Amino acid sequence: MKNINLHAIGPVAALVVLILVGVGLNENFLSYANITNVLARSAFIGIIAVGMTFVITAGGLDLSVGSMAAFVAGVMIIAMNYLVPTMGAGFSTVLVGMLVALATGLFGGAVNGLLITRARIEAFIVTLGTMGIYRSLITWLADGGTLSLDSGVREAYRPVYYDGILGITWPIIVFAVVAILGEIAMRHTAFGRHCAAIGSNEQVARYSAVDVIRVKTLTYVLLGILVGVATIMYVPRLGSASASTGVLWELEAIASVIIGGTMLKGGFGRVWGTVVGVLILGLIGNLLNLTDLVSPYLNGAIQGIIIILAVVLQREGKAER
Amino acid sequence: MIRLALKGVRRSFGPVEVLHGVDLELHEGEVHALIGENGAGKSTTMKILSGYLNPTVGEVLVDGKPVTFGASSEAEDAGIIMIHQEFNLASQLTVEQNIFLGREKRKGMFLDHKTMREETLALLKRLHCKARPDAKVRDISVPDRQMVEIAKALSRNARVLIMDEPTAVLTDRETEVLFEQVERLKAEGVAILYTSHKLGEVRRLADRITVLRDGTQVHSATRGMTEDQMATAMVGRDVSDLYPPKLPCGDQVVLEADVTVPGHVKAAKLTLRKGEVLGLAGLVGAGRTELMEGIAGLRDRTGTVRVNGTEIRANDPKAAMAAGLAYLTEDRKECGLLLNFPLRENLTLLALEKFSKGLIDRKAEDAALTQAIKEFDIRVPHRKVRAGNLSGGNQQKLLLAKTMLANPKIVVIDEPTRGIDIGTKQQIYQFIQKLAAEGLSVVVISSELPEVIGLCDRVIVMHAGHVAGEVSGTDVNEQTIVRLAMGLEEAA
Repeated sequence: MKNINLHAIGPVAALVVLILVGVGLNENFLSYANITNVLARSAFIGIIAVGMTFVITAGGLDLSVGSMAAFVAGVMIIAMNYLVPTMGAGFSTVLVGMLVALATGLFGGAVNGLLITRARIEAFIVTLGTMGIYRSLITWLADGGTLSLDSGVREAYRPVYYDGILGITWPIIVFAVVAILGEIAMRHTAFGRHCAAIGSNEQVARYSAVDVIRVKTLTYVLLGILVGVATIMYVPRLGSASASTGVLWELEAIASVIIGGTMLKGGFGRVWGTVVGVLILGLIGNLLNLTDLVSPYLNGAIQGIIIILAVVLQREGKAER
Repeated sequence: MIRLALKGVRRSFGPVEVLHGVDLELHEGEVHALIGENGAGKSTTMKILSGYLNPTVGEVLVDGKPVTFGASSEAEDAGIIMIHQEFNLASQLTVEQNIFLGREKRKGMFLDHKTMREETLALLKRLHCKARPDAKVRDISVPDRQMVEIAKALSRNARVLIMDEPTAVLTDRETEVLFEQVERLKAEGVAILYTSHKLGEVRRLADRITVLRDGTQVHSATRGMTEDQMATAMVGRDVSDLYPPKLPCGDQVVLEADVTVPGHVKAAKLTLRKGEVLGLAGLVGAGRTELMEGIAGLRDRTGTVRVNGTEIRANDPKAAMAAGLAYLTEDRKECGLLLNFPLRENLTLLALEKFSKGLIDRKAEDAALTQAIKEFDIRVPHRKVRAGNLSGGNQQKLLLAKTMLANPKIVVIDEPTRGIDIGTKQQIYQFIQKLAAEGLSVVVISSELPEVIGLCDRVIVMHAGHVAGEVSGTDVNEQTIVRLAMGLEEAA
């Protein structure tokens, strides 16, 4: 029993330790400005990681989300720029752009999902392929450079990243809403239960009249839509997209999911754990920037250690049960 | 000369003894057939012979000297090699690589490809096998794979070959080829233990026959047993009062099927009445499970399935479920239960819609679990226990509870008591009878004949992918069913 608890509270304990260390090293660490900064920067990965939790819980994987985000951003920007002459540079153009982003994400997710479930190609292979395709498409769309959003639209779009309610910016609010809905869907709906069942043993799910193909496809579609949502929050930040947009987001999202205690081989997933994982990774990066104890260039190394450590702890918990 | 022998061998698993004293001799240049029903102890005997298991009591003798094998590799070193029914070959490796797997010839640091190729060619030639040494095993035919297994055994200087149902996967012609090789090996002085459900083969091939029944050696003979004598020796036990009385069923037909399952079942017809317990008998591999999985939408099929006159779509387990047809798998661990999930999630998985109106009603789930534990007498240490930690009997009860939660009208139970102790067996039999009494219809697929005979008023017997016959009333007896299952006669 002791180990099950460790498994459950492990990520939270790590987060607490991290915060204590952070406070010890820099008094500004817990300041309102710093915390909201970290949260806002983590929101994009966080929104995607919530979707990734469902995919991984159902025994899948999606490597394409970073490239897909870049591609969605590109398509969205092109669509909005195209609409400026007819619709003007107001918020209505932005709304259409948002719909385009969601539709593109949905489409990308559906392509992944259908190739994996209907064509029965391994998730790793499919999404490795689409990862390359989207990355190449955005490079081509931007002609090797940067796609910039029309300055008028940018002005109308800006508040989506920088404004909010009660001093909390929209990306944080959206991340929180997505996380809460995700947690409810995972724990309290048939969809979440079916995801875990499929990840645990696909045969058993099939024999239990679970529509395995539909549920698995839906996890990728859901992830695609959330990539769209994340992109919607991300584009107003810089107002541009390029070949370097969203690079390595897929790995950060997968890492967050794993640190949060979801099993990489599927069968068990928890969205709140993923949120904690996102925060851990975000805070480490922030902490390294705030202190000069360790070079910020070592950020990746420390994140890597945390990921491996998280999995080792989980495995020990399991072995002794 | 006796190469390998068992003397008074008994074997227990935990408190249960499954072999009650077996004496067996494998002579040089002879084929010794070991026959018996499923669960009679054939596999255990073979595993003891080939060093996978040790006897609890008794001796294994190699060339007259008692030995104790620590592992099957030690038996292999003594020249005793078992060929498993599911071959032990690495399908991505070539024939040659498989033959020398783990014993590769070396020349200094490097593999000696030339010698290995020469030896492979010589072995394949000796077996008259046309497979190429550099072909991948996955690309060669099933009988060729068998030959590769034999070649592998010969390359390890096999003196005793233990063959577990080698012809189960072969066509008649392929079987002929195999027999030629067996004769050849015999002539070379290899001692062979051979198991098969095909009694015709046994009569033709065997120099000695040992019959096992319920872990006891009931018959040993040299050549000359007829197939009927073998069948009688294999069965012929009285059925105790393990079974509840059979009840009459109505006339109303609830299930009509005329189904072909590609590769497994050809044009099998089946009807089921309200309140009936129908038996589906036959050997393992006769297509019983495949037929019912086809009907339940879990397997590709053609043909028609009607439940209460309404046709059910193929390949749609949900549609079958919605029509009230539930299939309880024989494979509890791989298809039935999520072993790493607790009881509650397992119980409600099939009928989850009933508990979910947008959100899952956990209180209702808990109440259902409480009731299931009581109603099905599921014995659990605590409610949070994982399904994988339950005993086989309790897993089966949980699976039954899970299925019944979906309120089926027709329940197909595949091997209802496989790997279950006698007490739980009786509970499950009583439960099946209760279902029928309540007006549900049950199909029992079972390899245990006493079970089929004890429970069912009508039995459909399958042989090699088709319905060999249907028996009812007084014809429901072991002799008749075994003869049909063995393909000795068609439709009674």
